[in-house]
Amino acid sequence: MAHSGPHQPPKLPHPDTLAVHAGQSPDPATGARAVPIYQTASFVFPDADTAAALFNMELPGHVYSRLSNPTVAVLEERVAALEGGVGAIATASGQAALHLAITTLMGQGGHIVASASLYGGSHNLLTYTMPRFGVATTFVDSRDPDAWRRAIRPQTRLLFGESVGNPSVDVLDIPTVAAIASEHQLPLLVDATVTTPMLGRPLEQGAHLVMHSATKFLSGHGVVIGGVLVDGGRFDWVDAGKFPTLTEPYEGFHGMVFAEESTASAFLLRARREGLRDFGACMAPMTAFQVLQGIETLALRMPRHVASTAKVAEFLAGHESVARVHHPHLATHPDHALAARLYPRGCSAILSFELHGGRDAGRRFIDALTLFSHLANIGDAKSLVIHPATTTHFRMDDGALAAAGIGPGTVRLSIGLEHPDDLIEDLGRAIYASQKN
Amino acid sequence: MQFIVQGYPAYAYTGGRAYQVREPAVVFIHGAAFDHSVWQWQSRYLAHHGFTVLAADLPGHGRSPGPVRKTIGATAQWVAALIESAGLERAAVVGHSMGSLVALETAIAFPQRVSRLALIGACAPMPVGDAFRAAAHDDSPAGFDMEAAWGHARAALLSGSPVPGASLHGASRALNGRAHAGVLYADLEACNGYQPSMDAIRALALPTLVVGARRDQMTPLKAGRALAAEIPGAKFVTLDAGHSMMSEAPRELLAALKEFLA
Repeated sequence: MAHSGPHQPPKLPHPDTLAVHAGQSPDPATGARAVPIYQTASFVFPDADTAAALFNMELPGHVYSRLSNPTVAVLEERVAALEGGVGAIATASGQAALHLAITTLMGQGGHIVASASLYGGSHNLLTYTMPRFGVATTFVDSRDPDAWRRAIRPQTRLLFGESVGNPSVDVLDIPTVAAIASEHQLPLLVDATVTTPMLGRPLEQGAHLVMHSATKFLSGHGVVIGGVLVDGGRFDWVDAGKFPTLTEPYEGFHGMVFAEESTASAFLLRARREGLRDFGACMAPMTAFQVLQGIETLALRMPRHVASTAKVAEFLAGHESVARVHHPHLATHPDHALAARLYPRGCSAILSFELHGGRDAGRRFIDALTLFSHLANIGDAKSLVIHPATTTHFRMDDGALAAAGIGPGTVRLSIGLEHPDDLIEDLGRAIYASQKN
Repeated sequence: MQFIVQGYPAYAYTGGRAYQVREPAVVFIHGAAFDHSVWQWQSRYLAHHGFTVLAADLPGHGRSPGPVRKTIGATAQWVAALIESAGLERAAVVGHSMGSLVALETAIAFPQRVSRLALIGACAPMPVGDAFRAAAHDDSPAGFDMEAAWGHARAALLSGSPVPGASLHGASRALNGRAHAGVLYADLEACNGYQPSMDAIRALALPTLVVGARRDQMTPLKAGRALAAEIPGAKFVTLDAGHSMMSEAPRELLAALKEFLA
């Protein structure tokens, strides 16, 4: 037998290969090599017994595209393979992925401890919207382990942070925060949108759950809105004793106890059978296809994104009209050493900086750019620019802005796939224009 | 559902139905460093189609506390005790991989307790290679990688899963990783050390099904077929899958079990 001989450890496929193949077999119906777009709402049952068995989770398979769809499943399995998880659920957006994670783990009275340095949309959800449904969040300085510990209450059900914060480009010390989470028998959810599995895998670093806005680097071309939620399958919901949604009978599914039904995938089961079913923020098959197209080149794109970003960061850091540059590639960044340890291949194609001349200089700078597109997104093939204080984070007061590492004059760049010399030329010209009164 | 077996609590998943002492009953036995949840689909389906189902967590696995049994024979004693503790006269016993050896030994040593025998991904003896045992001995993730890689068809990581959105490799590694330290090694040693009595195998007198898989890298198809040939009247069914037939070919395995248990 195969494992009885002098066999060496099996060679597992590299991420580059997983990005092209994982989760997909050539279409059994047609032999199509590309992932077919199963543009259908429903799937025919071969007989009445199979129909009942599919509904009752006695057989795996597709029933209705809000719950699962063959094209979407390829994306889910591919991202799960890239992250090293037990499975994934694709959602209508990254926001939907975060909402699905929260509502699967807690209801009224639940509490989250989150990094203060978050994407503006996530900050809104946690600060303004979830409290309307009885879920509170305490924001902490992500670099202060004691702050994470102090913020944990008996009602806490989740720790949440971004692998690399947007836009402040601070690096979450995932192993340290994951250890704090594990000490308290709480799961750590990491939003790994900025890093992608090509730069770092949060589950390997100790996180329990991972989410992405697939809108960004995974799809990579700024053409879709989507999200993915991945479960590492290692968190012990039963032993933690505070996750009744997973460990007690759920009347909404014939009294199913998800943690008995599936030891390693209880979280995803509940998320699919309740959150996806009832909130309905599923991903469309066409969207999944487009994200898959992006992922196939992710291993080529990310090194180029981060290499160009390093060049741009060095250029800006050496420019007399630039007050500060925030990027872990620079030795001046407080997370420089941490980033080198957690992300040896580079950690971010996002950087932010502050021009001399404050808000007005920032406005003149953005208006003078010609190659960078001024818009609210990151992770496009095209380079992007935005002024967070007046756009993505405009609802935050100065204190919250400061906690998120954003000044009134902070400009955020998302470095695309253009030639870096062309980007630097555009930036240099716009900086010159920004300094004229 | 929790029972008391050999003085310790013993957990068995009942397929999502309240437990009833009635026949026909089916007991499912998982493989090395796994638990009842590997039988998720087959156990739940049969529980909703007229069978009493007990998908056990072996001692020291999943939700069943107590020491991991060091031999297949000791685990077989535990299975016979579980059947008795559950109030059943006898049950069909379905085992996978290490669990197939346990099922086989239960049928040999406790024939009055076993009505039917189904061996999934089976061969006997079941030697385990040094590299695998060494990695398991160190509780190294490499051991979990080996179980995941060899425990599925070679291309499983690069193809679609029959379970939408699930990574079969990831689930295998996670289940192994959740097991207590030393469990994988103890289980592999039990497999490696099992010396079946061929005379006893040839003397088996109960309906038997052996299911092999074309792309099985752990217990090759021909080894399963050879075992089936030794068991009087045993039926051999071949599936197009790897070793983890429960998740790699869930419907096809269920069809084989349904026909056999009918």
